[in-house]
Amino acid sequence: MTPLIEYRDVLKSFGDKVVLDGIDLAVDRGEVITLIGASGSGKSTLLRCTNLLEPIDDGEIVFDGVDISEPGLPPDPIRRRIGMVFQSFNLFPHKTVLENVTLAPRKVLGRSKREAHDQAMAMLSRFGLADKAGDYPDRCSGGQQQRVAIVRALQMEPEVMLLDEITSALDPELVGEVLDVVRELKREGMTMLLATHEMHFAREISDRVCFLDAGRILEQGPPDQLFGAPHEPRTRQFLQRVIDAGRM
Amino acid sequence: MTDLDGAGALTAPAPPRSQRPSGLTRRQRWERRQRRRSVGVAALSTFVVVTLLVVLVPRLDTWQRVRESFFDWGVFRDSFPPIARAFWLDVRIFLVCAPTILVLGLVIALARNVRSPLLYPVRLFATLYTDGVRGVPVILWIYLIGFGMVGLINSRTFFGSYLFWGGVALIVTYSAYVSEVFRAGIESVHESQRAAARSLGLSTWQSNLHVVLPQAVRRVVPPLMNDLVSLQKDVALISLLGPVEALRRANIITSDLFNFTPYVVAAVLFIAVAVPLTRLADHLMAKERRRMSGTAIR
Repeated sequence: MTPLIEYRDVLKSFGDKVVLDGIDLAVDRGEVITLIGASGSGKSTLLRCTNLLEPIDDGEIVFDGVDISEPGLPPDPIRRRIGMVFQSFNLFPHKTVLENVTLAPRKVLGRSKREAHDQAMAMLSRFGLADKAGDYPDRCSGGQQQRVAIVRALQMEPEVMLLDEITSALDPELVGEVLDVVRELKREGMTMLLATHEMHFAREISDRVCFLDAGRILEQGPPDQLFGAPHEPRTRQFLQRVIDAGRM
Repeated sequence: MTDLDGAGALTAPAPPRSQRPSGLTRRQRWERRQRRRSVGVAALSTFVVVTLLVVLVPRLDTWQRVRESFFDWGVFRDSFPPIARAFWLDVRIFLVCAPTILVLGLVIALARNVRSPLLYPVRLFATLYTDGVRGVPVILWIYLIGFGMVGLINSRTFFGSYLFWGGVALIVTYSAYVSEVFRAGIESVHESQRAAARSLGLSTWQSNLHVVLPQAVRRVVPPLMNDLVSLQKDVALISLLGPVEALRRANIITSDLFNFTPYVVAAVLFIAVAVPLTRLADHLMAKERRRMSGTAIR
């Protein structure tokens, strides 16, 4: 089976700072891959580059057989097949929950108002957000906002979801409801790439965990192996710091 | 409930503080005292100041002369109708210029942000326009465009009139200022909003139209209203070219009577429009804020 996404020797720098320093990774359809590592190790940048929000400097990102990192390629047709959820939700504050969720299906996929509305309401209900449909994001809790952001991305029926530290901005008691949605997506067989600091969750949900350090994938493997018996001293050091901080 | 530590088994927890009967809270009693005191002090100080003004000012030797030349009731009464009629011209100029300026200002702001190399000349022109227009006094533009174009066209139709070209001069100058306000608004929308829109597959143009601009425009309503209030007064500058609007009419009556009351009449008329305009802006903003942080009607 050919991978859905394949990163080949990806290089990305911001000015003098090299953020991605030769990333090689293949993501199969239906696979859930978690990126862990310290802040600044390149997790978020890798996700943003996948969605073409940042251009890479060299190497290739191949999505469904197409080199999407080709400079000058129109990004919009690719982006609509890739869902992304951000740390800070990024809901549109001037639009209601329902308008947030139906904007792209209507404008990009050309769905009718009725059709977009019905599909959105069905999914909002499924995630317990139906009574929030008419509210503005300001009136929703962080957990609700992030679930709305996930629904907004799912409405485009993406082939892969990129989740960029989606629980980092949430109060601890709200993390669970967002992670439940991710579990639900995994059950449905959604391909996911997630950057996270929730190690318990990474261990539970991932098929494979990648430890990033200074823009490189230093170590990868099944969660039990990577968390239980890491090979690399840097990985052990990172996990020890997480444990010391009481986060695992 | 299960008893976790065994110690609290005999005493039931006290009912919530908020459910126990009580009158005003300590804070409310203090606030009420404070409020009474402030109202009393404000009333007293206002009374003293107004009394001093009413009693003392008329005793000044110059007051009589001031009153005669600026606040002559007879002149006020007689000059009000013609000046008010002339003021209607100011209002009409404003009503035509204001929307034109808003649209043109937005277009120029967008033009300054285009990235396509094909449209580079548009961007260049928009930049030169805002820099050039704002660098020159408004009154100079009125002379330059007003007298200049009317002299050049030399036709007695509306499109060769001082009124038309005066309006054009106002539109030219104000759209440059307004475009900078819009541009500031566009740039104040956080990059993450654009990223969210683009990540959904919306094009640059769709992201601008549906996500960035609505937020940008809402944010700049107060400075825009400020510019519009300013425009509402600068309409009077067209009188320099000749059209008889309120200021011009007041000017004519003043020179006839050697009395400045007609100017006061014009001032009152301008204030009568400017103050409600600013209050309307405040009201709209407050309403918008309530809407964004409240539950919408479905």
